[in-house]
Amino acid sequence: MRVVVDLNRCQAYAQCCYAAPERFVLQGDEILAYDPAPPAAERAAIDRAVQACPVRAIRVEHDGPAERAA
Amino acid sequence: MRDGTIVVAGASLAGLHGAEALRRGGFAGRLILVGDEPHRPYDRPPLSKHVLTGEVDAGATTLPGVGTLDAEWRLGVPAAGLDRAGRALLLADGTRLPFDRLLIATGARARPWPQADEARLSGVHTLRGRDDAAALAAGLAARPGRVLILGAGFIGGEVASSIRALGLPVTVVDPEPAPLARALGRVLGGFMAGRMEASGVDLRPGARVARLEGDGAGRVRAAHLADGGTIEADLVVVALGAVRNTAWLAGSGLSADEGGLSCDGACRALDEAGRPDEAIFAAGDVARFPHPLYGGRPVALEHWGNAVAQGAHAARAMLDGPEAAGAYAELPAFWSSQFGLNIKSLGLTEEADAVAIVQGDPRTGRFLAVYGREGRTIAAVAVNAGRWLPAYEAPIRDGAPFPPITGGADQPSPAPVPPGLPSAQAA
Repeated sequence: MRVVVDLNRCQAYAQCCYAAPERFVLQGDEILAYDPAPPAAERAAIDRAVQACPVRAIRVEHDGPAERAA
Repeated sequence: MRDGTIVVAGASLAGLHGAEALRRGGFAGRLILVGDEPHRPYDRPPLSKHVLTGEVDAGATTLPGVGTLDAEWRLGVPAAGLDRAGRALLLADGTRLPFDRLLIATGARARPWPQADEARLSGVHTLRGRDDAAALAAGLAARPGRVLILGAGFIGGEVASSIRALGLPVTVVDPEPAPLARALGRVLGGFMAGRMEASGVDLRPGARVARLEGDGAGRVRAAHLADGGTIEADLVVVALGAVRNTAWLAGSGLSADEGGLSCDGACRALDEAGRPDEAIFAAGDVARFPHPLYGGRPVALEHWGNAVAQGAHAARAMLDGPEAAGAYAELPAFWSSQFGLNIKSLGLTEEADAVAIVQGDPRTGRFLAVYGREGRTIAAVAVNAGRWLPAYEAPIRDGAPFPPITGGADQPSPAPVPPGLPSAQAA
């Protein structure tokens, strides 16, 4: 799985941190640290984070069949 | 145009977003992405931050979109030349790729340490790509006794922050009187200097390294300052900015140099006479374009958001023509995080003649600074105050009177001062 956050757009509302706390963390007041390559098993949590973001800053691409097999 | 062949030279953020926008816009022809690195497009901002601290693996930042993009990839082969008359891109392995349209998104590379023999010393690093970050992270994992960073710009500051997070001693040398002075001026730079020193950075503003010295085994051991001092360091990071990857365009007749490839508002590359080439476009770090918000001044922006937006703009111009695309006028925006601070910027600070803190207070570590020129608002920088920044987009776009907000509860009477930018001093 590949994740990128548009950090120009991110306003540190931290909704992703609640949706997928293992993969999104706020450091300090508003620095977002995130896992750009979460495991496929986290798919549901990552999708919740994408949906929860109030400024639509998170983009995710799930692995294709070949990558899942690898 | 919806058919034919489009070649994208450069497989990073701008190239990927250009290619995706072409497909989104209905391009059904052959699409080929050429990249000098063997990697599929990956995200660079984490490389100076969470990759160096070990929180993210250098190889983990491959960008979303690469899996579903319907394109042919030619990776690990740099573009080596351009046959404009014959409409073909020439690759370093001798391949000739004919195109109907070409998008040039070859980006930039780290400016190397100018003395080549010293730059080759083991332990001397630059940071631009994934492999650079992996090499630097490995060097840091060996726990060097002291790291020396040459350059206190954004990359130098982010690397210094990451190295302090690892608990390693670090010295930062820069000829300017304060960190980030070239981008933000001495006023904000002075605030950053305090933060860096409070985090344990040995900051040497106003200093210049004249020479790097190696030991008998060819490993860097010290830097000699122009004023005679010496800094012992067994790892050196050269963070002296970037040069655009345009050398391969030499002889093509296009207007290109280390500062970028000139293009017009529709991203069409310009020849040496300033005429647009109808088939060749540019986007991202390499593209030097006239910005309508800044009097048409040519700018080349090393910004993540610019690569995304300009790649898409070039795609629109390729598919629907320059008139349909209009003049590219994205408001410049970037972020940096270092020393616990989230720094976000809108607009271009260059050429500012005044800066004012209009909200918050540097003493609290949370504030917003606005930059003005000749009484007009041209840029804003938020420090740990990202949510305050969008309010300044319209004043910057409109060139509103500077300062645009007065009478704030925490800054009732903003006092503009000279920003301390090097270019303003020279003017």
